Amino acid sequence: MIELGAQSDIKLINEEGLRNDGRKFNELRPIRIEVGVLNRADGSAYIEWGGNKVLVAVYGPREAFPKHTQNPSRAIINARYNMAAFSVDERKRPGPDRRAIEISKVISEALEVAVFTEQFPRTSIDVYIEVLQADAGTRIAGLTAASVALVDAGIPMKDMVVGCAAGKIDGKVVLDLNKEEDNFGQADLPMAIIPRTDEIVLLQMDGNFSREELEQAVELSKKAATYISNLQREALMAKYKSQESEKEGERSE
Amino acid sequence: MYLDIERKIVLPGEEISLEGMKQGNGIYHDNGKYYSYTMGVIQTYNSYANIIPLAGKYYPVRNDRVIGKVIDIAPSFWIMDIRGPYPGFLHINDTPWKNLDQDLNKILQVGDTVFLKVNEITESRQTWLSLKDAGLRKLEGGHIIMVQPTKVSRIIGKGGSMVNTIKEATGVKVQLGQNGVVWLDGPAEKVMEVRKILRFIEKEAHTSGLTDRVKKILEESR
Repeated sequence: MIELGAQSDIKLINEEGLRNDGRKFNELRPIRIEVGVLNRADGSAYIEWGGNKVLVAVYGPREAFPKHTQNPSRAIINARYNMAAFSVDERKRPGPDRRAIEISKVISEALEVAVFTEQFPRTSIDVYIEVLQADAGTRIAGLTAASVALVDAGIPMKDMVVGCAAGKIDGKVVLDLNKEEDNFGQADLPMAIIPRTDEIVLLQMDGNFSREELEQAVELSKKAATYISNLQREALMAKYKSQESEKEGERSE
Repeated sequence: MYLDIERKIVLPGEEISLEGMKQGNGIYHDNGKYYSYTMGVIQTYNSYANIIPLAGKYYPVRNDRVIGKVIDIAPSFWIMDIRGPYPGFLHINDTPWKNLDQDLNKILQVGDTVFLKVNEITESRQTWLSLKDAGLRKLEGGHIIMVQPTKVSRIIGKGGSMVNTIKEATGVKVQLGQNGVVWLDGPAEKVMEVRKILRFIEKEAHTSGLTDRVKKILEESR
């Protein structure tokens, strides 16, 4: 048994400097993004990020209800982060808990920076983030997919918000923790940026970092975020490209 | 390739070089540079560079012709769903009917479909509608098909060429709402044919040479 707060004797980095899933310290898990997966929603996206599977649906802008939540000068962004009961090893009790409410709030605030909310007074833009399978870093996976879904819904945005997490395992700063690393590591730092301006719109920390380590982690995440930003763009373009090739097929008949 | 330079798809945050054009819709500027704020295709019109969005809700503009559905009735006006972010209001004074002491329920009921125009949009985005113009009426019978509001201009085509082609070839009565509601009246199998074509246009809206391809499909199906 590991005592709380004590160093665990589980080795997360081997002698060759590779992590338990074979990645280098600055390597991401494989990411796949798909756009327009739901027909009823105004915009939608699905992301697979390592073992994470997250589905996002966007509705709006539509009249905000209940009415007292309306803001006469701008739109409100209502993100709802929800974990499915089957998303983790042990059944998660359904419904919003303290953690889900917090994540919903930070995601809403991160997206608010990018969306031109002042164009739609009195409305709400609803973002439903459903975590189907969790493997550490779901808030960032959800946020990354949410901004893709917002673009798919045609909502005006400055740029697409994109995120990545960094952390500390075995005393080393590494990128994009998986579940074991998150559980047995020393720190986790999810972060989201607006890539065009490098603005940080979400930054949380769990565990301990020294100042140098924090700066190192932010730098790592920023670099990775630029790469993920390109994946987002490719995914959006692919929605319209696939129709191109379909049509090409029709023509050759 | 159908995607020539003019129909290049841009994404939010992508830098746009205006090349002497004026800043039009879908473009914001920051630090002296211009960026797109929506996913769409760049088009130039009257020396303005605009970004025509590929997706999005209907945002009412004055004098737009829309198809609305009555969702509620107030003492002197109807509340209509026009598929935008806000409901539309149709005041009794903006209709051709002049029975003020009568129950509004007797004129238009909840669920009725009406072809209207957008009369006025107030500062707080309240949308007032009107029935006082040529061609505006309550729609009776027929079928309703929803399309994406951003694709309506493609369904109309240049100077109405697309919609006229469809009307001529199928003989179906078509009433297009700028908000993406299409009212069709005619024999069921013809209506289904038009529906298929509307779905095709919706899917291929960002490509060029559409009218000719639609013509071909219509000829083949005959």
